[in-house]
Order: sequence, then C-alpha cells, then structure tokens
Amino acid sequence: MKNRIGLVVGCLLIMVWCLLPVAWIISLSFKSQTAITNGSPGFFPADGEGAGWSNYRDVLDNDQFLLAIRNSIGISLIATVLSVVVATLAAYAIARLEFRGKKAVLTIALAIAMFPVVSLVGPLFDMWRAVGLYDTWPGLIIPYMSFTLPLAIWTLSAFFREIPWEMEQAAQVDGATSWQAFRKVIVPLAAPGVFTAAILTFFFAWNDFVFGISLTSTESARPIPASLSFFVGSDPFNRPASLLAAGAVIATIPIVVIVLIFQRKIVAGLTSGAVKG
Amino acid sequence: MTAPVKPVKGRPAVSDRARAETRLGQKLVAPAIVLMLLVTAFPMLRALYLSTFDYALTAPDERDFVGISNYLTALTDPLFWQTTGVTVLYMVVTVAVELVIGFAFAMVMHRVIFARGVIRTSILIPYGIITVVSGFAWQFAFSFQNGFVNGWLPFVGDDFNWFGQTGSAVVAIMVSEIWKTTPFMSLLLLAGLAQVSEDMIEAAKVDGATWTQRLTKVILPNMRAAIMVAVLFRALDAYRIFDNIFVMTAGAVKTESISFLTYRQTIEQFQLGMGSALSVLLFLSVLVVAFAIVKLFRVDLAQARQES
Repeated sequence: MKNRIGLVVGCLLIMVWCLLPVAWIISLSFKSQTAITNGSPGFFPADGEGAGWSNYRDVLDNDQFLLAIRNSIGISLIATVLSVVVATLAAYAIARLEFRGKKAVLTIALAIAMFPVVSLVGPLFDMWRAVGLYDTWPGLIIPYMSFTLPLAIWTLSAFFREIPWEMEQAAQVDGATSWQAFRKVIVPLAAPGVFTAAILTFFFAWNDFVFGISLTSTESARPIPASLSFFVGSDPFNRPASLLAAGAVIATIPIVVIVLIFQRKIVAGLTSGAVKG
Repeated sequence: MTAPVKPVKGRPAVSDRARAETRLGQKLVAPAIVLMLLVTAFPMLRALYLSTFDYALTAPDERDFVGISNYLTALTDPLFWQTTGVTVLYMVVTVAVELVIGFAFAMVMHRVIFARGVIRTSILIPYGIITVVSGFAWQFAFSFQNGFVNGWLPFVGDDFNWFGQTGSAVVAIMVSEIWKTTPFMSLLLLAGLAQVSEDMIEAAKVDGATWTQRLTKVILPNMRAAIMVAVLFRALDAYRIFDNIFVMTAGAVKTESISFLTYRQTIEQFQLGMGSALSVLLFLSVLVVAFAIVKLFRVDLAQARQES
C-alpha cells in the first residue's frame, strides 16, 4: 500500500516535471504584451488588451515566421529521408554481412556522435561560402544528414540484428527470387525500425540550432529555432515574450503530435540505439 | 512437393564469396562514410590549417601565416580558461543532477503498471521540444518581469534578477538544460533497469537485504554499462552546451561556454583563424572528456555496447 502511494506520487512528480514549463509557455502565449511588460508574475493568463488568440494571429501573419516554418519542415523532411536511406544501406551491411572495415564504420559513427558541432561551424561557413551552399537548403541538409547518420545507423543495425534473416532464405527455397524474398519478407519486418530511425532523425534536424544560425543569413533557408532566436519585434530591447511564446508553441506542435502518436517506437529506438547498439 | 535446392551461391571458392561479401558490404556503407567524413573530417582538417593564419573574413587579403600563435593567444587568455571552467561546471552539475533525478524517474517508470503510456508520452515531451524553445520558456519563467519563479520561491525577493549575476544565471541555464535532457537519461537508465534480472533482486530480498543494499549491491552494479553509456552521452552533450545560453543570456555575466566563445569568434567577429584554433581546442577537450569518462568507468565501450 505504501509502495503504491509512492508510485502515484512519483508519477505525479514526473508529470509535473515534464509538463509545467510547457503549460507555462502556453499560458504565456495567451497573455497580452502589456500585461507582461507591466509585470504580472502570475502563472495563468489574465484578461486585457491583446490577450487570447491575438498573439497567434500576429505570428501567423508574420512572413518571417511562416518562411522559417516552411524551411524547417522542408529541410528536416529531406534530410530525414536521405539520411534514413543511406543509414539503411549501411545498417543492413553491418547487421548482415561480414566485411573488412566494419568496426571502423561503427567507430567513426560513434566519434561523430560525440563531435562538438560548433567546431565545424567555422570551416563549414568558409567552405559553404566558397562553393555557394551558404544560406541554401542543401547547405543545411548535408550537415544534418551527416550528424543524424550515427544515431540512425545504430538504431537500425540494432533493429536489423533482431530480424530472423533465415526467413529470407526459406522463401527463396520455396521458389521466390531473392528480390521477392527480400521485398515480401524482410521489408515488412524492417519497416518499423526504419520508421523509428526516421522519427529520431527528424527530431534532431528540427531541434538543430548551431547550424541554423551559422550557415544561413536570410529567410531563404533559416529554420525555425534560429528564426525564433532572432525574432525581436518592435522593441529590440524588450523581447516580445508573448509573441515568442506563441511562435514557440506553434514550432512545438509537430513534435508533440509525433510524440503522441509514436511514443512506444521512440522509446524503443532511443534505448536500442544507445544501449543495445 | 520438394522445391529444388538451388546451388545458390556456389559451393567452391569460399574465399571468392567472402571477397564478394566484403565488396558489397563496403559498397553499402560507403555513402554513409563519405557523408560523415565530408562534414567532419574534412572541415576539421581545414580548421587545423586555418588556425595557423591570422585570418579575418572582414579583411581576407591580409591573411598572414602565424604558426601556433593563435593557440598561444587562446591558451594564455583568461577568457578561454574562464569559459572552459564554466563549461566543465555546467557539465558536472547537470550530469550529476540528471543521473539522480533520471534514476528516480526510471525506478518509478519501471515499477508503474497503470498509466504507462501517459507517463512515457509526457517524459518524451521535454526530449522532443526544441532546446531554443525550452530556453525561452525558462528565461521567461525566471524573469522578474514576467516570470513566476520569484513568486513561487519564498527565499528570493520579487524583483530578484536571475540574469544579473553569474551564479544565479548559471543556475537558471542549468535548470533549463536539466529539464530538457533528464528524460533522455531516464529512458537510457530505464532500459538498463529492464536488463537487471528480477530473480536476483528477489533472491536478495529473501536473503534479507534492505532496499539500500539491494540498490547498491545488486541493481547498480548490474547496470554499470547502461549508466556509463548514459553518462558518457550526456556529458559530451552537456560539454557542447550552446543553444540555451544563446537564448537565455547571450553569454552575458560570464555564462559563456567554450562552444559559445568559439561561435562568437568565428561567426560574429569573422575571426576565422582564431575561431579555427578555438575549434581545434574544443575538439581536443571533448576528446579528453570522453577519454576521462571511459577511463573512470573502466568499461570498454565497444564491449559494453555489445554485451548490455
């Protein structure tokens, strides 16, 4: 009985921990700018001029913000698809084949996962300007791909190892061509793993900040985290907190939707990639 | 009906087959390797090269070879050591706090039967939220103008400015970092906990071991590999801390991390030579941290990954 109460309290604590700041930024997004500058340290939104949905309306009327959302969605999706395709090839080879240099691949991936991103920003900034990739979509997609590959390769190869590959041979013995065997037997088994890797890759790309602020200079490629941080509004010395909060909430919605739908897969992917490897 | 057993991949010349397999394997991993090296190894070598020049992007024609003088300047500058010190402080405190809170969360999640989905969904939300957004949320929460923290904490005044001095600003930044990344830590620890055999815990219980004894003698030693992986990943991640500092203080009141200093030199001040030297130093210090952690836990990483 005592144990049970402890668990309930623990669960409540976890929920408060996870959701309090989220509730706070949502509450902030419904407050009016004047209420905030006047100093109203309340948690819940108060009435007043500009309270309610008006912050959202202002944010959605803002071209800068809309372009950033478009950039983020486009860049993250493309980087995710490409990275998962490349990682699937590599992970298949690692899980399935014996070849020289296999250890080296895993070591390189591990080293890159630990790499300090900021170290590369200077040289990339210089290189991208020289080859014309600065402030373009590919200029961000390439770094995102290479930095999401390690996680995708681990997750996928951990996943592929669990697949009973003998089934493929069994199908071949029963008369299927090797392509048919692969497509009908292995692909359906591998699909959930590929999907998990895709979600984690998307999270990474959506969350990136360092590349986003350093390798872009205009709205043509700047993703949403960078755009939010440069958003100053009418008074450059006082950040428009409630507007920013509304923008932040909008930028968070895709992630929350993904989490709500795929939570089980995400947990499996995170832990198998990092612990079981 | 018996399907004819095709002599698929020829019986003779095993070495031929092995060679073909090697070739296929290398072909399949090649794109991944090329991409990863293109964005890391090549720029890193270029950083090494650029770091030997006095090279500012604002005056590209006045690029002078200066040898190791950028490194000497950086290493003798108190600012470099101060940012390194702050970075180590961020790393040590956040990882230590996260290890404790993350473990507590993992224990709860491991035992809980009801509402499992709800708990797991909520714990993924901080993990999924953009670091910049969590930085903003906490910056506004700590703000004396529009935040609630001062109102909720009895021991600080209503107009206490958290971002006015180093100590409290560092605390605020750490809180945002800890909030955002504890879920990752606790999920890794949860996976480790799941691998500790229940039988062993039960056996210890039957033998009369107290809760503390079971924790320190049975559970923790069996999770060593998982704990090490979690600490290593989080520590290296924390050492690169950048986003929340950028948003919350922009490096003011000595909250700047080594990543931030590097960024500021390279991108904001266009000092590519000096920035590259700092990049190399940052990279080397990450290696030192990784090496120290692996040594400290005395676990072979490759082995840990396979066994656990």
